[in-house]
Formats: sequence, C-alpha cells, structure tokens
Amino acid sequence: METVARVHENNLVKWAKNRPEVVVLSADLTGSTEIGLFAETYPDRFFSMGVAEQNMLSFAAGMAREGFIPFVHTFAVFIYRQALNQIISSIAYSNLPVKMFGFLPGITTPGGATHQAIEDVAVMRAIPNMVIYEPGDATEIESVLDAVAQTPAPVYVRMLRGEVPRLFSKTEAFTADRARVLSRGDDLTLLSSGICTEEAMRATAALQARGVNILHLHISTHKPFTDPAVLDALSAPRYGVITMENHSIVGGLGSAVAELMAENGIGKRLARIGLKDTFAHGGGRAYLMRYYSLDALTLVNRVETLIGEKLGITENNLAAVRLEHAHSKAKEEDL
Amino acid sequence: MTEKNNWQQEVKRVAEGIRRRVLEHTVKNNGGYLSQACSAAEILATLYVYIMKLGSSTAPMVPPPFQGVPSINNPDYTSGAGYNGPATPDFDRFFLSPAHYALVLYTVLIETGRMAPEGLSQFNQDGSTVEMIGAEHSPGFEMMGGALAQTLSQAGGIALARKLREQKARIWVFMSDGEFQEGQVWEAFQTLSHYKVDNITVYVDVNGQQCDGEIRNVMGIGPLDQRLQSFGARVIKVDGHDITALSAAASYKADGRPLSVLCYTDPCRKISLLEKRRPKLHYVRFKNKAERQEYAALFHKNMPAGHTL
Repeated sequence: METVARVHENNLVKWAKNRPEVVVLSADLTGSTEIGLFAETYPDRFFSMGVAEQNMLSFAAGMAREGFIPFVHTFAVFIYRQALNQIISSIAYSNLPVKMFGFLPGITTPGGATHQAIEDVAVMRAIPNMVIYEPGDATEIESVLDAVAQTPAPVYVRMLRGEVPRLFSKTEAFTADRARVLSRGDDLTLLSSGICTEEAMRATAALQARGVNILHLHISTHKPFTDPAVLDALSAPRYGVITMENHSIVGGLGSAVAELMAENGIGKRLARIGLKDTFAHGGGRAYLMRYYSLDALTLVNRVETLIGEKLGITENNLAAVRLEHAHSKAKEEDL
Repeated sequence: MTEKNNWQQEVKRVAEGIRRRVLEHTVKNNGGYLSQACSAAEILATLYVYIMKLGSSTAPMVPPPFQGVPSINNPDYTSGAGYNGPATPDFDRFFLSPAHYALVLYTVLIETGRMAPEGLSQFNQDGSTVEMIGAEHSPGFEMMGGALAQTLSQAGGIALARKLREQKARIWVFMSDGEFQEGQVWEAFQTLSHYKVDNITVYVDVNGQQCDGEIRNVMGIGPLDQRLQSFGARVIKVDGHDITALSAAASYKADGRPLSVLCYTDPCRKISLLEKRRPKLHYVRFKNKAERQEYAALFHKNMPAGHTL
C-alpha cells in the first residue's frame, strides 16, 4: 500500500493558491502541523500567534467576521482543551466560518496524556453549530479542504500528519456526511474512523477468509451524523454492530452510533472499541494500539464474542496483512 | 455658542440621561447595574456623541423579539450590531466587552436616538433580545462578551483584517478594569503590539470594582498603566468624567501601538447614595423597602417634569 508524506503541507499550498480569503494561524507549532510551506509561500496570509490559543481562537473569529476564512492550526488538545470557551462564545455561537485543524488525535503521539486528544470529538460534538470531519487517509486529507471551505459553519478537522496511507482511490473524494462502504456482509456491521479504519481493514480481510461477512463503513464526518446509509447499515446485521475509534468510547463515534440505534429502536448488540474511559500515556503507535486494545486483534476478539465462536486468527495472521500496509516506512514524528 | 460647547452640552445631556434611566430602571425593577452607569456615563456618552464615526442605526427603533440563535437553519437571525450603524469600511466599529453593562449601553442608544425608550421595557423579559447580559442579538452588541475578555481579541481580529484591507475607519472597544485579571486580555495586547495594530483604541472604565468588591482586595492588577506599556500598548490616563480629557485622547495619531485610554472613574458618581453600599457595588439589589424608597426619592428629585415611576 502506498503511503504519502506530509500530505496536508503540500496540498494546502496548492489548494489555497487562488483563495486569498484563506489565512492560516499558528500557535508556535508551524512545522509540527505542516504549515511551514504555506508560511513560506504566502507570508502575507500566515499569522504566527504564539503560544496563546485563547486569543488565537477569538482573533480568528474577528477575522472571520470580516470575510476571511481562518485556518487555525495547532495540536487538537490546545484547541478544545485550552480554548473551549473561546470556541463556544467567540466562534460557535455566531456560527462563524473558523476552521480548526487539530493534530495528534488519540494515541497518534508519543507525547502522552497532555498531547493526546482522546475526548475531542465528544467535546466538539456537544457544541451547537459545530461540524466535525476526520480524514482517514491521504485522499481524504487532500479532498477534505473543499468540504471545509464549503461548509458555512465552524469546522473542526481531526487531522493526521506525517506519513499517511492512501486507503481510498484519489478519484473518490471526501464527501461530507457520507460513509464509505469498504466491505459488504450481513453478519456484522463495523463502523470505524480515523486511523482505526486502516487497522480494521487488516482484520476484515482475515475475518472474511474465515467466512465472517462484515459490512464495513468508514466514517469521516462525526457531525452532522445523518447519512441514511448508516442507519440502514445499523439495521442490517445478524449478530450486531461494532464501532472502532481512536478516541474515548465516551462521546465519540461509539456514542453517536448508540444514540442513533436507540432512537430508531434498533435492538442489536453494540460493541465499542476505543479508549475505555481512560487516559493513555506516551509511547509508539503500535504499542499503544495494542496496550489500549485499539488494534486489529481487538476487533477480531470482539467479533468472536458477538458471533460466539473462536476463529483461530492469530497476531501472526494479522501481522502478515500488516506487512502489505503502510507503516513499515513510517517513523514516529517528534513533537 | 461655539461648536465645541455644543457637543460638550450634548455629551453632558446624554451622560445625565444614562444615569437617570438606569436609576429609574433599578428602582422600578428592584435591581440593576447602577454603579456601572455612574462610572461609565461620560465615557460612553463621549464615544457615541463625539468620538466615533458611526452611521445611523439600521435596526428597528423597538428591538425585535427573539428570533432564535444563529445557525445554518435560521435565516431570520439578526445581530444587534445594526444599532451602531452599518459595518461598512468607511464607518467606525464599536464593541462593548463587559456584557453586563448592557443596561447602560441600552440607555446610551436611547439617549442618542438609536433605540426607542420603550425598548428598555423589554429588558430581561422572556422572549426579548434586550437581555440582562448583552448577547450578540441585543441592541448595540455584535459579539458574545458575557464570558469577559474575549471581545478585545475578536475586535483585534477585525482591526487586523481592516488594516490588511487598508480600510481607514477605526475600531473602538470599551472594557472594564476587572477584565484585566483574565490572561486572554494580555494575550490580546501582546498580539496587537506584535502586529502593530494601531487602528484600535480601548477605553477602560477603571472603576476599581468587581463582583466580589474592590479589585485591589480581590486580585490586584496595578500598576495597570505600566503593565500595559510593558506589553507594547500606548497608554493615556484620564479622569473618566472629564469630557475634554476623554475626547482629547481620541485624537492621538496612530503610531504603531494599540492605544488604551485608562479612564479613572467613580462608581458612585452623582449617585452618592451608593457610597453606603461599598465595598460591594457590582449589582444593586435593594436590601429593603426603605432603601428602595431612598433611591426612588433621588430619582424623583432629579427627573424631568412629567416623569413618574
């Protein structure tokens, strides 16, 4: 599988070329959020705001009121944890088109609990007017910007950086509030988001080979969450529904799916894979995904529980799949 | 009569009207932000009458009822900004930061002919936009300032945007001194200095008061002038009840620094009855009938003929 380096860095510069209203704001993490090239290419549209996120978010709101489209970049935790009241009072209430690019979702950083955004979707989902996108691969990182710009509302983008796999064809762009169908089947329905989609794809292939048929949807819009295909998919499976997210199981994709199922009277079992209401700690991605049960093997185990049958899939089976995939080339990025 | 005397008379009339209307409202409703009217009357009157270049109000004289909050699905929503005139490049913009001064601002709008006196009767009524803590849809407001300290950053973003587009009109922000306890205010000044945003002027009502009492006892912020200067701001100190001094501060030519006018004020100015309530002046709710009567009597003594409570 192809991987692409610094997708956002290059794509943003190309994309913003003829969009003079787009300005980029940075909170001292320019290199780390892949906006260095933008700063070099369009210095007049780049604003270094220092380590002062509350002011940065409110300032962006002011610029948005004057017709600019501010693209705020920093680590996700410094957006929604550091400046939540500013997001709400300065931006979201007034439905201003401030676009927030939050990096280091979940366990994608060795930076530990202070840097890992594990409840960002939960927090942002609760804010009226907020729209939340989470690209899962290079194609979505490249094409999400059109949706971001076209959405007349504040948008939070749960963003990936560095070496990113290309899971989806370049011709199949990100579409707001539309799930991607990655495999079909009527035993189980699986909904995954972000980096968990790649992880899930490792398992679904092995499961399919054992005769377990899975309807696998990749979710890249957390809010709004109104794709009718999702509701159909939740109603369909024989054994139940599984969600898989690089986020706390409280308030994120798993919760959104639970809400939808309950409101529509879908009486199926639901298994939520994610951080089980716990903080994480610093470490490599593979280690953290194993330690916190966010990986392909976890998915296999949850499938076994739901169908009531052992499938004999081992870590080695999954590792074999893993070799074809992206991260042999990837290295951990520093902060 | 010179032209100068004319505008000064008008400022005095408006300032007097602010105090009278807020006092009247406070007596009628058994509560109100009265000390803020006392401290800020001359500042706001000078800004509206003499300093700011605002267009005529584009909003209805009687504020419309609540039409829902802003959202993609609410095309009927309107902000309260229209009361300060159109937001076109040739006109100044005004932002009042401490949103609990709303009652005071509404009376300014009435005295300057931007809102009908009946508008104030909707104050804090269910279904009204004339809210106790000014919201974006409240007359004269354009932002959600209720959390304090966020308006300066937003106005800074607007000022920077206007500078980028080479628009000459100015941005005026009214703040209270208590807000300077919030870190975001200093983040904002740091940024305004860094980007040399000098088309913005901040008038600060330095009344030394906050909710819990005197600022110097709750959490000192002094020396405010030196703190601001060290953040790169240009600082002018004036008597906040001296109309000439207040107006002169506005004529400083831009020099690359954000301008802050520290207006030292008396929160009991011209309503000395308030002195008895020190040190807690933030919100006046009468302790008993007798106290309310005292304030009612003061109102009756000062009100123009034909007025009754």
